[in-house]
Amino acid sequence: MFDESRGPDLTDIPSAIAKPKRKSSPQLIWLIPIVAVLIGGWLAVKTILDQGPTITISFETAEGIEAGKTKVKYKNIDIGEVKSVAFSKDLKNIVLKVEMHKGVAPHLVEDVRFWIVKPRISGGQVSGLGTLFSGSYIQMDLGESSTRREEFVGLEVEPPNTDEKPGRQFVLQGKNLGSHDVGTPVLFRRIKVGKVAVNELNQDGSGITLKIFVESPYDKFVNANSRFWDVSGIDITADATGVKVNTEGLMSILLGGIAFEAPAGSGSLPEADPDTAFTLFPDRTAAMKQPDAEMLMFTMYFGESLRGLTVGAPVELNGVGIGEVKSIRTEFSEQLDHFIFPVDVAIFPGRLRAMSRVGVADPTPAEQKARIDKYIENGLRAQLKTGSLLTGQMYISLDLFPKATPAKIDWTRKPAVFPTQPGMMVELQATLMNISKKLEDMPIGQISADLRTALQSLNRTLVGAEQMVKRMDKEVTPAAKSALDDARRMLNTANQTLASDAPLQQDLRTSLRELSRAAESLRELTDLLERQPESLIRGKKESKR
Amino acid sequence: MCCQRCGAALHLRKPDSIARTWAFLIAAYILYVPANVLPMMRTGSLFGAQSDTIMSGVVYLWHSGSWHIALVVFIASIVVPLAKMFSLTYLLISVQLGWTTRPLERTKLYRILEFVGPWSMLDVFVVMILVALVQLKGLASIQPGLAVAAFGAVVVLTMFAAMAFDPRLLWEPKERHHV
Repeated sequence: MFDESRGPDLTDIPSAIAKPKRKSSPQLIWLIPIVAVLIGGWLAVKTILDQGPTITISFETAEGIEAGKTKVKYKNIDIGEVKSVAFSKDLKNIVLKVEMHKGVAPHLVEDVRFWIVKPRISGGQVSGLGTLFSGSYIQMDLGESSTRREEFVGLEVEPPNTDEKPGRQFVLQGKNLGSHDVGTPVLFRRIKVGKVAVNELNQDGSGITLKIFVESPYDKFVNANSRFWDVSGIDITADATGVKVNTEGLMSILLGGIAFEAPAGSGSLPEADPDTAFTLFPDRTAAMKQPDAEMLMFTMYFGESLRGLTVGAPVELNGVGIGEVKSIRTEFSEQLDHFIFPVDVAIFPGRLRAMSRVGVADPTPAEQKARIDKYIENGLRAQLKTGSLLTGQMYISLDLFPKATPAKIDWTRKPAVFPTQPGMMVELQATLMNISKKLEDMPIGQISADLRTALQSLNRTLVGAEQMVKRMDKEVTPAAKSALDDARRMLNTANQTLASDAPLQQDLRTSLRELSRAAESLRELTDLLERQPESLIRGKKESKR
Repeated sequence: MCCQRCGAALHLRKPDSIARTWAFLIAAYILYVPANVLPMMRTGSLFGAQSDTIMSGVVYLWHSGSWHIALVVFIASIVVPLAKMFSLTYLLISVQLGWTTRPLERTKLYRILEFVGPWSMLDVFVVMILVALVQLKGLASIQPGLAVAAFGAVVVLTMFAAMAFDPRLLWEPKERHHV
C-alpha cells in the first residue's frame, strides 16, 4: 500500500495542533428540535383548523351506512364523512357522527336536510346509480335559517325537488294513488314537464295528496284553471257514448303519469302560485268538464227498467250533453203497492249557455223556470234511450214530443219532477207484445190437427206411390229390357249393312260407275249432235284430219 | 485540534455528541406524532376518496387477509422507528448516568441501530412509487399525505441522531473506573 518512493514520509506526518476550542455554540443544534416542534405544531394547528365541525344525524335505519366510508354529499361533492354509527339511547334510532368539511360549517343551520341516497329504479328513471358502486351516501340540502345547529334528524324519504331546478311545486288531491310513484312524469301535451315529488295519504285517509314539481319554463302553463288528470295505463271507457280507448303514450301505459291542461279559453289566466292545490281527476273527460256551478235538479220517473242506466250517465238535449244522472233512488209508490225508482238528474244550464253566442245575459231563476215550463208545454219530455247497442248503456234524452200527454212541472217539489215519455224500448216492447198476443190468439190446436191429417194423407199417398214404383220395377223393367235388346240387334244389322266392305256397298259402287260411264257417252252424243245435227240423219262424218 | 494536512477538525470524541443526539432524537419524537396521525396517502377513485394513515393501512391489510404484509408494514413503519428512538434514548441515558454495565451489548445495539437506519424508509418508498404509478386521472389517483414528509423526517433524524452519537462514550465510565 505504501510505495517507498511515493509513499509519504512517515516522519513528515505533522502532528495535530491543538486549537483553542472555538466558541461554537452547541446550542445551535437545538434548533433542530425547535424546528421540529414548529413543524409539528404547524401540522397540528393546520389539522385542527382544517377539521370541520362534527355533527350528529339520526336516522330510523342506516341502510348501507358504514363508519369511515360513507360520505356526505352536496351536489355530488363530498362535504363530510361518517365517523361512527351508533344507536340512540333507546335503540330506536341510528345516530351517525359525521365530520363535515370546514367550509360547510356556516351552512349547518337548523333547516338543513339530510337523507340517505339509495339506488332507485322507478318512474321512468334510474337514480342514484352511483350508489350501486360506491354504496349509499348521505345527501345534504341547504337550509335557509341562520341558527347554527349540530344535531340533525335525517329524512327517511328523499324530499322533493332537490335538484334545485327552477320550477314550481303544486299540490294535487286525488282519490287514490294509481301508479303515481315518486318520479312519475307530469305531462303537458305529452311532453314530460315535471314529476311527482311526494305522495302521501291524507291524515284522515280520505284520499291522497301528491306534490308534483313542474319544471321551468313549463310551470307557466299551469294556471288557476288547469285540470290535472291521471293518465296511468290505458283508459278504456264504455259508456252511453260508446267504447273509448285513451292513452297518453306508451310511456304512461308502462309508468303512469299525470297530465294537465287548461280548458280552452282559460289560457289568459295568470299563472298559478306555487303550492296551489288542484284536484286530480281520474280521466281527461272528467277533468275537462266545465265546473258546473249552476245546476237544476230534477227527478224523473221512468216506467221502464233502468237496466243500463248508471249514475253519471249523460242527459242529452238533441245529442248535446247538458246534464247527468246523479242518483237512482228507491221509493214506494203512493199506493204503497210497488217500488218505483226515481232518477235524480242534474241539468247544467251553464253548459248550454257556454255553447250559445256570447252576450246572452244569465236569466233569473224565475225566467228560467218560465222557460222550462214553456218547453214542457211544447212537449219536451225525458226519454230513456240506449246509447250503445254493444254495452247496453242507457242515457236520458230530452226530446220534443208534440203529441205527448200534456204535463206541467210542479216547482214546489224539491227536486221538481220532470215529465217523461216511454222510451223506444218500451214502444218496441209494446209492439212485440202485440205480436205475441196475436200469435197467442191463433187456433194453433186446430191448425196442428189439420196439419196432422194432411200429413197422414200425404203419408198414404207416399205409400201408394211407393207401391206403384215397386210394381213398375217388377213388370215394366223386363219388357223394357227385351225391347232394348231387339233395338240393339237391329242397330247391329244396320251397322253391318252399311259397312264399307258390305256387298250392298260394292254393288252400289259398280252401278254408280256404270251410270257415270253412261252419262259420259250421253254427253258425247249431245256434243256430236250439237256440232253436226245432220249426223242424226246422215250418220257420223269422218274427221278430216 | 485540527489536521495539519487538510485542516479537518479532529476530536477525541464526537463533539457535543450527547446534545446533538438528544436534539435529533427529540425532533424525531416530535415528528413521529404527525407521521402517525396524519394521512399517509389519499386514494381517490371513481367511488370516493379515502385517506389512510399508517395504522389504518395496517388495520386494513390485516382485515383484508394479508396479515403478513400488515406485519411487514407494521414492523418497518411503526416498530423499527420506535425501537430505534427508544434504544437511542436508552443509550443516551445510560451514557449520561454513567452506567458501567454491559458496555459491549450496548455497543452492539448501537451497531444494529446504524445498520437498520435506512430500512425504515420502506413506507416512504412505497408511497412514492404508488403516487408515481397510480395516476389514472378520473379513475384513480393517489396523492402523498403530509405524514410522508413527517415520517421521512423521522427516519432521517433518527439516522442523524445515530450518527451524532459516539459509541465510545459507552466505554468511558468503565475506563474512568479503571483509571
